[in-house]
Amino acid sequence: MSISLTFALMDAPYESSRTVTALRLIDIAARRGYDLKIFAYEGAVALAYKDQAAHANIVHKHDIEEENHPLPHKWIESLHETAVQHKGSIEWVNCDICGDERGIDNYVECTRGGTHVDFWQFVSSTDNTLVIGTTTT
Amino acid sequence: MKVLSIISTPWRATLEEQDDTIIWLMHAIADVGAEVDVILYGDAAGYGAKGLDARGLTFGQTSQSNPPDINRDLINFLKRGRKVFICEKSLSHLGIHKDSVLPGLELVSKDKLVQLFDRYDKVWHW
Repeated sequence: MSISLTFALMDAPYESSRTVTALRLIDIAARRGYDLKIFAYEGAVALAYKDQAAHANIVHKHDIEEENHPLPHKWIESLHETAVQHKGSIEWVNCDICGDERGIDNYVECTRGGTHVDFWQFVSSTDNTLVIGTTTT
Repeated sequence: MKVLSIISTPWRATLEEQDDTIIWLMHAIADVGAEVDVILYGDAAGYGAKGLDARGLTFGQTSQSNPPDINRDLINFLKRGRKVFICEKSLSHLGIHKDSVLPGLELVSKDKLVQLFDRYDKVWHW
């Protein structure tokens, strides 16, 4: 039987190293074919925001192609594809009211909106849960 | 107006941003004429260690092609004629020996920080 894990994320993109750490862990689990449930809460809803756009970098003296700026929604799509390739799955839910507060509702298609009910169902139905909370300062 | 920027919060989304956003901002305002220097303090003193290497980030099939290179960005800041100081005590807390620090960075003992601040019109703490 496949291992199933829930991850709860809280940090917005481009704000902390916790986000990349979380995605690294999800990447490892996806490569192992685990069934993964992700609940993006508070600022983390912006990770899946489809309108994120790359830009050039005047300090690096790179044009937009050379800079190849990371876009977290692309990372999420890539993680989703990896999970499927390895016969696992990722169900990624963005907290609807968190998105409403922030004016974010345009998510990549491999994610969906949801509520605290989804979070509780994820926690109740998976083998374990890892909460990657935000800073207290 | 001479400004000293104290950087004390490192590794804040450096992989997503492909740089440290405060070092980036100091470069950008130096470009438009700001007389700004930097001191690496607290955990940010780690930025001054030689040989930082952030290559290898991959999610699924997506690999980062242009990872952050904080050493490069500090050296380029020095090349502008700006100064980069580093707190000796912070290095000690991080277990980084002085010999491991990038050439060109100026070590400052903690008891000399006030005199350093006094040489500037503004001191910003990030």
